Formats: sequence, C-alpha cells, structure tokens
Amino acid sequence: MERIKHFFKSFLLFELLKGMKVTGRYLFAPKITVHYPEEKTPQSPRFRGLHALRRYPNGEERCIACKLCEAVCPALAITIESEQREDGTRRTTRYDIDMIKCIFCGFCEEACPVDAIVETRVLEYHGEVRGDLTYTKEMLLAVGDRYEEQIAKDREADAPYR
Amino acid sequence: MVNIEINGKQVTVPKGGTVMDGARQLGIYIPHFCYHKKLSIAANCRMCLVQVEKAPKPLPACATPATEGMKVFTHSQQAATAQKGVMEFLLINHPLDCPICDQGGECQLQDLAVGYGASESRYQEAKRVVVNKNLGPLISTDMTRCIHCTRCVRFGQEIAGIMELGMAGRGEHSEILSFIGKTVDSELSGNVIDLCPVGALVSKPFRYSARTWELSRRKSISPHCGLGSNLIVQVKQNRVMRVLPRENEEINECWLSDKDRFSYEGLNSEDRLTAPMIKRNGQWHSCDWQEALIFTVDGLKSVMERHGVNSIGALGSAHSTLEELFLLQKLMRALGSGNIDHRLRQSDFRADGNLQGAPWLGMSIADILQLKSILIIGSTLRKDHPLLAHRFRQAVKKGAQLSIINPIDDDLLMRTAHRAIVAPSEMVNMLAQVLKVIAETKPIEGISAHIRQAIASVSTANVARAIAESMLANNPAAIFMGNVAQHHPLYADIHAFAQAIAKATGANFGFLGEAANSVGAYLAGAVPGRGVLGTEIKRDERRSQYNAAQMFSDDSNSAVSSCRAYVLMNLEPELDTHNPQQAMKAINNAEFVVSLSTFKGNAANYADVVLPIAPFTETSGTFVSAEGRVQSFNGVVSPLGDTRPAWKVLRVLGNLLQLDGFDYETSEQIRAQIIPAEEAITRYLNNNLKEYEANIFTQEVSGLQRIGEVPIYQADPIVRRAESLQLTHDAASPKVWLPTALLEQLSVREGEVIRLKQGGGEVQLEVAGDDGLPFNCVRVACAHPHTSTLGAMFGEVSVEKL
Repeated sequence: MERIKHFFKSFLLFELLKGMKVTGRYLFAPKITVHYPEEKTPQSPRFRGLHALRRYPNGEERCIACKLCEAVCPALAITIESEQREDGTRRTTRYDIDMIKCIFCGFCEEACPVDAIVETRVLEYHGEVRGDLTYTKEMLLAVGDRYEEQIAKDREADAPYR
Repeated sequence: MVNIEINGKQVTVPKGGTVMDGARQLGIYIPHFCYHKKLSIAANCRMCLVQVEKAPKPLPACATPATEGMKVFTHSQQAATAQKGVMEFLLINHPLDCPICDQGGECQLQDLAVGYGASESRYQEAKRVVVNKNLGPLISTDMTRCIHCTRCVRFGQEIAGIMELGMAGRGEHSEILSFIGKTVDSELSGNVIDLCPVGALVSKPFRYSARTWELSRRKSISPHCGLGSNLIVQVKQNRVMRVLPRENEEINECWLSDKDRFSYEGLNSEDRLTAPMIKRNGQWHSCDWQEALIFTVDGLKSVMERHGVNSIGALGSAHSTLEELFLLQKLMRALGSGNIDHRLRQSDFRADGNLQGAPWLGMSIADILQLKSILIIGSTLRKDHPLLAHRFRQAVKKGAQLSIINPIDDDLLMRTAHRAIVAPSEMVNMLAQVLKVIAETKPIEGISAHIRQAIASVSTANVARAIAESMLANNPAAIFMGNVAQHHPLYADIHAFAQAIAKATGANFGFLGEAANSVGAYLAGAVPGRGVLGTEIKRDERRSQYNAAQMFSDDSNSAVSSCRAYVLMNLEPELDTHNPQQAMKAINNAEFVVSLSTFKGNAANYADVVLPIAPFTETSGTFVSAEGRVQSFNGVVSPLGDTRPAWKVLRVLGNLLQLDGFDYETSEQIRAQIIPAEEAITRYLNNNLKEYEANIFTQEVSGLQRIGEVPIYQADPIVRRAESLQLTHDAASPKVWLPTALLEQLSVREGEVIRLKQGGGEVQLEVAGDDGLPFNCVRVACAHPHTSTLGAMFGEVSVEKL
C-alpha cells in the first residue's frame, strides 16, 4: 500500500505542487521588502542609534560630567575627563565614545541624570580611516544640535513610560 | 567592665563605654554621621538611634552609656523607623545633586540614603540654600549640603588645636562658618575633608577632576616629614589624582598633614624634568640616557684626573630613599672619595666623630601620649612636624607639661608650662642653666667633669629652674631636639647639654627627624666617616671625608679646599642648604656639577648635566622614619617621560665607571644589603655623644642675629611645586620679623619694605613686628626664593630703612 501511494505521489509531482503552493501564496501576498535607502522601516521612539549630547534651550550643554554613563558602560566605550569651568560649574573637557566598542545597550542614556547623552534614531554613519568612529565631545554635540527636534519629540513620546 | 547584649550577642564594654563601642566591637554597624572614633561625642545627627529594652524611646547609640544587662536592638522595627525618620529629616534640606557632588560615590549620606531613605520625599517646599564660604585654597565648600554633624568644628577644637570653624545660628538657620574674613589656615586642615560625611567640605585642588570609583588606591609612604605617614595614593591613568591617609594607629592614626595630603600637585608640575639634559659649549641639549650618563662619567673622570678624587663631593637630600642614598655613598666611596653627606642644613659638625649611632626619636611615636613632661629644644614644631605636634597636643591634654627652649615664640596651639624664648646664641646657656638646677637639686651621675665645670659658672634664671623642676617632678619625661636645634651653629653643644639633661633626669632623649629619611640616611651611610649601619670608616690621608659644610667651604686658610665637582641628588642648593650664598658660590665655581633631580628648578644655571629621577610615587624604595620604623613602598605610577628611579641611574653610573658591586636588579636587593631582614635596626639607633666636650661660648654678638626657619611649604622640592599649598597663608612671602622695640629704633612701621643684608647678599622684604622675639633677633625664613641670596640660617644680619 505504501509503495503504491509513493508511486503516485512521485508520478504526479505532488511534492512539487506542494512547494509551489507556498511560492504562490507569497507571490500574491503583500510585500514586506523595504527598498533601502529610498524606503526606511519605521523606528520606535526608543530606537538606539548614534549617540548625541544635548543642550538646554539656552545653548548650555547639559552634561555635568557626573561620569555615571562612563561607570555604567559595559563595553568601556566612554571616556570622560572633567574640570571646574571658569564659572565654577562641573564640566567635561573630554567626552569620547568609541563607536567600535559601543554595543548600543542604552545604559548610558538610562544612567544620565540630566538627559545629556541620548541615542538618536541615526543609524547611518561610517568611518573611513582608523579613529573616525571615536566620537568626540564636539562631534556628539553637533549630532545633538542637528537632531534636537527629533530627540526632544522622542523623549516626550517615551516620557509616560519612564 | 559592663556586659551588654546587642542584637542577642553578648559583649563587654569598659565602664563608661557607649553602646556604639559595643557594637563596633561586635562588628555591628549602626548608621551614624556625627560620631567619629577620634572626636568627642556630639550626638547631634541622631542617625544612630537604637532600641533599648525598657527605654520608652529610641536612644542614640553613640551617646548612651552601656549599663549592666542592657539589651539593645539596632535593627528592630522601632530602631529602623527612628533611623528612617531621621534620614527623612536630613534629606529635607540636603540637595539631590549627587551627580555634580565630588563626594558622590564616597558619601556616607548617599550610602545610608540607599538603606534608610524613602524613594520619594514627602517634602514639597523649597529647600534652604546656604551661601558658600571661602575657607582658603585647600577646602572647597558647598554649604547647602551640610547636615550639621559638627565633625569639622570638633576636629578644630580637639585635634588641630584651633577652632577655625564654628556653627552659628539655630535650627534651620544654623550654618558652619569660619571667623569673618578668615580662612582655615591650620596645617592639619585637610582632614576636615575626610571627616565631612557629605560633600559640604571637599578638596579644592581635586575638585571635579575625577570620581572616586575611577581611582585605584595604592599604598605609599610620605616623603616629607620624619613621621613616615602612611598614604593611599589615588591614581587614574598613570597620574596621581589625590592622596588620602592610610590608617595606622601607631603613626598617623587616621590623619594627614596638609603637606602630605596636597603636595601631590608638585608631582604633576610643569617643572618636571622629562629627559636628561647636558650642557655642551654653554648650550643645553636634551639627550638620551646613554649620552647623558657617558657625559657624566667623562666629566667626573676628567675632574678626578685633574684634581684628584677628593675633589668630588656628593650631597643627597634626606628626602631620598634609603636605596638611593646607599648607592650614592657607595658610588663615592668606590671612586675613592669620602665626601658624602645628607645634612644639608646642618652647619655644626663638631660632634660627628662622637656620635654613637643614627639620631632618632628615641621612642615610638605612639608612646608620646604616655609622657608626663616634655622639653622641646629649638623647633618650629607645628610647621615642621604637624602630626607630631598633634601627638604632643594630645599628651598635653592628658596632663603632660610641655616646656620649650626656642628662639621663636610661635603659638603651638597647646598649653605650654614653661617657655624659655632666648636668642640663638643663648640656647646653650639656657640648657646649661637647666642642667645646673638639676645638678643642684639631686646628685647626678654620668655627666662628664668637663660639663660639670662648664655649668658651674652660669647663673640660673627662673624659667630654667621651672623647666628643671617640671622635668624632675613629672615622669616619664622626654627631651626632643627640633629642626632649629639641628640647624643651629652650636648644635654639638646643644646636643651635648640636652643629652646631659636627659641623663640627669632619666628622660628619654630624641630627635624630631627633619626629613622622611633622616634616620635612613645615617643607616645608609650617607654621612662622612660612617658606612652602612654606622660602621666606622678609618680616616686616612689619601681619602678626604668632607661633610656638607666642608664641601662648600671657601676658606682658603683651612686645609679643606672646596670641591671641584658635585653630585647633587634631590636637592636645590640655593634653597636646601644652610648657607645658600656659600653653597652657590662653591657650586658656581665647580668645574662639573651633576644634578639628579625630579624638577628643572634652577639647575640650568649651575649644573652641567641634569638627570631626571623619579619622585617617591614613581620608584620603589624605603624610608626609615624618625621612630626607626623601616617602611618600604612601591611606585604607584610609571615614571614620567624618560625619568628613571635614582637607584637605577646610580647603578648604571657605577657600571659605567667600572666599579664593582653595582649589579642590582631590584631595590629590594639593595635594601637587603643595607638592612638584613632579621636584624632589628634599633641597635644602630643612638642619640648619645661619646666623650664630647661641650662648651658654653659666651662671646658677645654685636649685630642682629638671624633666625632662619624653614617655611612649612618650602621644605623639599616636591612641596615647593604644590600650587595650592603655595597659595596658603603659611606659604606667604617671608617677612622680616623684628621685635617691636627694634622697629621703633629703626623708625619703620609694620608693612613697610626694608633692606636686609647678610654676607654679600641683600633682599628687600616687608617688615613686621613680633614681641615674642628675643632682643636683637631678626626672624627671616630661609629656603625661600625671596631669601635665597642671603647667607647662613643663623648668622649676623643688618637691616636698613629704605
């Protein structure tokens, strides 16, 4: 009995039709392919991309050099040096993130008491020579300045869950 | 003894002890802020509230005396509720600015708030704000954070001996203040930074530079005063960030003097040498070690060929390690010269041959507390030995009688029973008077006939009588020779008389060591005529054995001719010598000068080659403290630039000079050669002079006598470069202090600038009046760049109105 069943199945290409059924189903189903870079997937406001240092609306940098992000960073990607600025406030003289070490866990963002270091939605960045992916304080502040509007919106969207 | 029970565990507390004492014995932690084991009990933070059986309310553990059968619960419901309540009160006004607070990470309040604080405050009103105070260049304040534990206030009153901080106002208006317009100037002030349980008082030099969790803690030993304080050096990225005390009950307890605490700034100074430098044809070049060392060897050899080996002199500072000083003397002696010394500020070497061992404290530091009578001869005690002064202060508090024989009458911040303030030239006479009174009171033995004869002719003053009686009546007694006595031009006689008094009264006789390794330098053999551990080196015709003074001597009549080449280690001759005029003249006239130095300083003006050597944080080594304690330490950071440990430099110099026995691999090997491990070194420590014939010189001093003390923050090359210390009150430019009568005689007013001449040099300095000075004495600090053109520390000077 088994042998007869097998004979007909192979003779009538049943297996092939079965496979074609799947192909057919996907052929007419709506497509999920995104034509990157023309098209982009939607991102959560919690997306953890390139880091940025934020400023207050008056232009003053938020970071107070508490070094909690440096302490919490599991990849030891953050290096901070601090000093007393002329006006007596505590400020960083150096704030480097080595993007090659960074694992984008978002702990730095979570540890920050003043929302200074944040992870933006930016994921498209690259380096061309060694050292390009070590972001300095100026670079991080520039990222923050550029995307501040989006960053602020994202924080607001996430605020109820914090 | 009282038996109590804490959390079900039995413990015995001495009568009068508190619940806190019992808990500490058991290792039970009771949260607290205002309690500190070295300070009196204030019980004003209320954090240590505990439940006591049959007590209706919780009681403060720090202030509740233990009573027989008491049952204490430190973690019961009642205790925990009380502690949480107290924490809530404390947090009402304490700002939540931990991220910018320097105490963050090492803050008692922060730690305890995790255990006892609520996650949210019920307090909605505005927090109080307290204006910050200016407490000087060392302590930075954030007074809003203060929780009024008053530890800093009690520290000033009880330990530093001067109440510079106090609490004014009541309730919410209370705040910690210094006196109006005054800063905190005590030489122990840095300790309030450690004491403050919150971030109200923090270190100004360290402010905002690092976080406590980033720093690695490494053990070290202080290279400054002879106490040998134990340090924790905190390091980040190969840089010394700050220094904290390492608790050692027998030495520094939990304290540290400001000199030890803040001098680390000098280690990171701009003035650090980072590469060897040589002078060729009058031009300075940076070069590599090979070139510099060969240049050094060639230079020394050419001087040896032309003038003989005896024309080379070596001087090493006693702030150098045992190993460094040992190799320096070994190098000199292997070359054939006996000219080696470390006593740079000493001028009287007459008793050198009579010394029986290395001068030391004569007792352990901790035993000072047991003394009942103390005589200190010639010392700027608080400035030279801040923590020893604290020990003396505690002894005085316990009832000891402190007498001083001193040319200056500084406030020691403790009760002095008798003070003999005499001109430097009268110090020997004053000691002879004391000895005479003792000899009249009781029969004394062991005093040479020569001294007996000498004291017969002195007439005794009342103060000498009082000192003698105090020494005889109160036992145990001790006599200590301070730095001023050791620098005194009649040091040998002072030494002999002090020794005789000690012998006559049965008192302990000791030396307050000038530098970290003053005892070690003797043991290393860095003295003329004495080798390692005091072994005598035979005097012979061919080998000269010049001491520091002879090496700089320019007396053409004497048999001693000044050296033609100098090897200087760790010193700046214009500041670190007894007579900078003479020293600089000799060094400038020398043909070849090698300076092994950590800092550039002025070496370019007189040296021919400068070899950068590592300071104590960058080399391993050993210091032997004043009490004869041998303390070794390791380098805590790697040497800066091309700097190398001095023992390695001297080792290679020995090899290049083709001398035998310079094949050391480690500093431990060198140490083992100096101090064999099993042997206790106390047997090589001896303060007594054998058969020295002391005299009382009664020559009339016609002019003004200079009293030249070493300012606290100018004592060694590292502390000179500590920026914050140089901003303190104690580091202010030296003034010419004159007795008021003399001011009137010269018709100058305080604050005016006058001209002061000594030898061929003169300086113009501000003048000030001091009625405590003996007649015809002028107090002008030495070892300061402003006075480095003057002559000997104790010499004749003249002052002129401008």
